[in-house]
Amino acid sequence: MQFFPFIVVGWILGIGLYGIVTSRHLIHQIVCLIVVQSSTYVLLLGVGYVTGAVAPYFYDVPVRTPAVDPVVQALALTDVVVEAAVTALLLSFAIQAHKRFGTLDPQELASLKG
Amino acid sequence: MTPTQRRWVFLAGVAGLVAFYLWGLLGLPGFGNYPGPYGFVINRVAVAQTNATGVVSAVNFDYRGFDTVGEEFILFAAAAGVATVLRRLRGERERPAVDEAADRNVPPTSGAVRMVALLFTGPLVVVGWWLASHAQANPSGGFQGGVILATTFILIYLSGEFLVFKRFSPVDLTDAVEAVGAAGFAAVGVSAVAMGLPYLQDFLPLGTVPGAVSSSGTIALISFFVGLEVAAAFTLIVGELLEQTLLIRQGDG
Amino acid sequence: MTAAVVTPYTVPVGMMDALQITILVLVAAGATAVVLVRDRVRQVVVLSVYGILLAVLFLAFQAPDVTLSELTVGAVALPIVLLLALAKVRKKEE
Repeated sequence: MQFFPFIVVGWILGIGLYGIVTSRHLIHQIVCLIVVQSSTYVLLLGVGYVTGAVAPYFYDVPVRTPAVDPVVQALALTDVVVEAAVTALLLSFAIQAHKRFGTLDPQELASLKG
Repeated sequence: MTPTQRRWVFLAGVAGLVAFYLWGLLGLPGFGNYPGPYGFVINRVAVAQTNATGVVSAVNFDYRGFDTVGEEFILFAAAAGVATVLRRLRGERERPAVDEAADRNVPPTSGAVRMVALLFTGPLVVVGWWLASHAQANPSGGFQGGVILATTFILIYLSGEFLVFKRFSPVDLTDAVEAVGAAGFAAVGVSAVAMGLPYLQDFLPLGTVPGAVSSSGTIALISFFVGLEVAAAFTLIVGELLEQTLLIRQGDG
Repeated sequence: MTAAVVTPYTVPVGMMDALQITILVLVAAGATAVVLVRDRVRQVVVLSVYGILLAVLFLAFQAPDVTLSELTVGAVALPIVLLLALAKVRKKEE
């Protein structure tokens, strides 16, 4: 339990990278990129966790209660929403590439010129 | 390079990556044994200093507000990028936005779907608004509330036609709302500078009840602007993609 | 600082550990499934399920804010955007 979440993070990262490298379709590559991004969210939250603590919201628990780290949660929170918009931008690039070259295979797209 | 060669090169690379990752993993203090003092310090002083019981939102909009300005402008730039990349190119023709299904046998949206979707529209707007304006008390904030507000418009499209969606969210209005959101956030920071304080310092008077809307200074205001901007950005992105799928055609055929 | 705290919401540490290990295994399996699915539209649906699993994992890590974000974005907004792009690309291929 000491290192199990980080091993899962490594596994998700590895399998996402495998999907990106051996993909034959641009949209599949973008979905694997989403998976790789999600591994970083798990890593961020795993680093800030305190055993036996509560969420850092002191609406109904006294202020001195031990709580998990709020800074990494703030990072992960804005991260999730912003990377969805960046994924939409990547998808629009894929659409225009398909319109221009007629194919969505990254290995064929690499050999096109101009 | 054939795919099999590519796979072997990838496996060699990822073996090196895994080795370094495991070596770095051994230096971590383990899951749950959080050593650093920063988290504990923030938890201790945030409620007293900002009168916000939601410490994550206080960190997002007050302690690390400058990072949030940067992230929000990433969102702004991504929405502008989608609108730019998906513009009408030379050689494309935009079909007029009238009823295009006259020659296709499209089944109309069933009455049940339509009723459920329209029933949910009102509560979704209320929930999104509530989430966007109560960042300082609950696990909510501008980002989540904004996305929920954007899904309201998507629900309108799903329950009816694309034309109804266009009528409810014209591009000019959505652009203007997004600009107001982004500029409002930056303006709150600049008005702090105009008063002689550092950028994005909390300058509104803090109230007495921790966690109420009016008692956390600029956090509620910033969260409201962020909600506007995120909602408009996502509606813009989905609207652009819908236009691409439904209206734009290739050539003169 | 790491002593177990007693509030109306806490559960025993062992139970929380078991929950986290289960969800972590499910998330790893979900990621593998997302990468290895062949059909494009099915991949989007599996991505949506993966987003919900991730949201439960974030909840087990005591982060309700990130849960809400991941639920709205990963299970609603991302699949819609992906499906629209797929529809546009498919229409050309026919």
